[in-house]
Amino acid sequence: MAAGSFAAPPETTAWSRLMVNRNWLGFWFMVPTMIFLVFFLAWPLLLGMWMSMTDMRIGRGGVFIGLENYQYLLEDSDFLNATAFTLVYTAVASVVKFAVGLYLAILLNNHMPFKAFIRAIVLIPFIVPTVLSAVAFWWIFDTQFSIFTWLLQKAGILAKGQYINWLGDPFLAQCSVIFANIWRGIPFIAITLLAGLQTVSPSLYEAATLDGASGWQRFRFVTYPLLTPIIAVVMTFSVLFTFTDFQLIWAMTRGGPVNATQLMATLSYQRGILGGRLGEGAAIATAMVPFLLAAIMVSWFGLQRRKWQQGESND
Amino acid sequence: MTDAALKSGANAGSLTDHREGMAYLETLPRKLVTVYMPLAIILFVLLFPFYWMVITSIKPDSQLLDLENSNPLWVSQPTFQHIYKLLFDSAYPRWLLTTMTVATAATFLSIFASVLSAYAITRIRYKGAATVGGLIFLAYLVPPSILFIPLSAVIHAYGLFDTPFALILTYPTILIPFCTWLLMGYFKTIPYELEECALMDGASRWQILTKIVLPLAIPGLISAFIFAFTLCWNEFIYALTFISSDHNKTVPVAIISNFVDGDIFRWGSLMAGALIGSLPLVILYAFFVEHYVSAMTGAVKE
Repeated sequence: MAAGSFAAPPETTAWSRLMVNRNWLGFWFMVPTMIFLVFFLAWPLLLGMWMSMTDMRIGRGGVFIGLENYQYLLEDSDFLNATAFTLVYTAVASVVKFAVGLYLAILLNNHMPFKAFIRAIVLIPFIVPTVLSAVAFWWIFDTQFSIFTWLLQKAGILAKGQYINWLGDPFLAQCSVIFANIWRGIPFIAITLLAGLQTVSPSLYEAATLDGASGWQRFRFVTYPLLTPIIAVVMTFSVLFTFTDFQLIWAMTRGGPVNATQLMATLSYQRGILGGRLGEGAAIATAMVPFLLAAIMVSWFGLQRRKWQQGESND
Repeated sequence: MTDAALKSGANAGSLTDHREGMAYLETLPRKLVTVYMPLAIILFVLLFPFYWMVITSIKPDSQLLDLENSNPLWVSQPTFQHIYKLLFDSAYPRWLLTTMTVATAATFLSIFASVLSAYAITRIRYKGAATVGGLIFLAYLVPPSILFIPLSAVIHAYGLFDTPFALILTYPTILIPFCTWLLMGYFKTIPYELEECALMDGASRWQILTKIVLPLAIPGLISAFIFAFTLCWNEFIYALTFISSDHNKTVPVAIISNFVDGDIFRWGSLMAGALIGSLPLVILYAFFVEHYVSAMTGAVKE
């Protein structure tokens, strides 16, 4: 990408002088970006790791205590539950988002009237700020006035005056937040996969059909292999952002009831900022890093393997 | 809306499908069941919360809390009192203004930095450009929920706590990696010969960037702008952590913390607030939807 894609330009003095200066020139162009990324990203990242090994609190600096925070967290049932729920939340939401997103992409890939308009409105849940749509879900899942409860009562499944405690019951609350996350994530996955689908030539499907392939076989042996690279990228992003989700939970349940919907990010906020124990909060946040690295590695090596199988020339 | 699409779909049908390869194999009733029905159901689920938001924000309180005598799915006497109260009786306009200012400033800063770095990586090709490009991409994978605690310490140390600058300066860490990658894709599509000629004629890199590359990359700049602006508007955890006083809050944070009095939820105002807070983005999106979709898919395909 960076080098060697163009033929060497003719040797002139101006050009060779530029070649000498090129590194400095590049450096000057990178200065604004580096200022932001070093002072507000790289430095805090390192600082966070150091803070996770101190007993720092709001208003007072901490002393180095080694891995004590982590030791403490490993015996803390709230932390372990939050980690477990974060994994379940990510796994369930990502799988469903992928399945429904792919299905929606295939549906949208059909020729139909108002195609562009329908594709445009599909993206709206993704455009609207998460917190604001989460507030709508908060209201939709309200104990007394939930529209679901009302529908169930009207349908006679629930007796009049009987309520479902959507966000008050631990299990139902977990289902509700996962549902909201799926709802928000589908458009992004669907539209991106749709773009991938449109690069697949229709003649491949025609050839497969003439060879007697069923609909499923066409998907499995034509669509899926061609779509794999884009799936890997989309799912890495999806898993990453689901795993580190904060705002949806904070807007709907704040981790409650009884910590049932606590994610690692919300627990970190609660302990670190609200509880003032910055060191412990930083440790919870840092504990997310290995999971994130694992997610990135899986898709990275997955992609590499595919490239190796197909041979680079296929791209 | 979807009903209308469905009906006209039934009329126009697959007869007009001359371009799609094997569409002639699909009969209309079959397509109705396999395509239009599932699509209508998914669209309904995706759009219902917005309908619910709209209907709640124009419902009088009496109907809001009375499910016995009124149909919750409809409003019989719509009222604008929630919206009126929000706009004239609360600090909502102030929050909107703050959010708008922060988002605009952070977006312009990020685009300025991203244009320079994307140009340097794709065109100046200095030593280590590929590595730096990779590092910037990695920066995008560092989520705010890992950084907000140490960042709050940094913000305190720099004396920025509870000022809009805390947000204007931290949002670019999310936006720059994204915009840089988006713009790198656009810059690569601009023929290098144009720049080579200009270089030979003695133009400086800065002149090339501002006079040749940027005018050609305007679609890319628009996409980057919309994306960055949307990301800013959506950001929550930094705004929640770095801002403490009421009048400096952004819309999402204020909605969550200022519309609940103890156990009493003012659902009408809450929904009106969420609705109006989403409108600027939806309007922006409506104007630039083509840019948005192509950039989103393009950025991922890179």
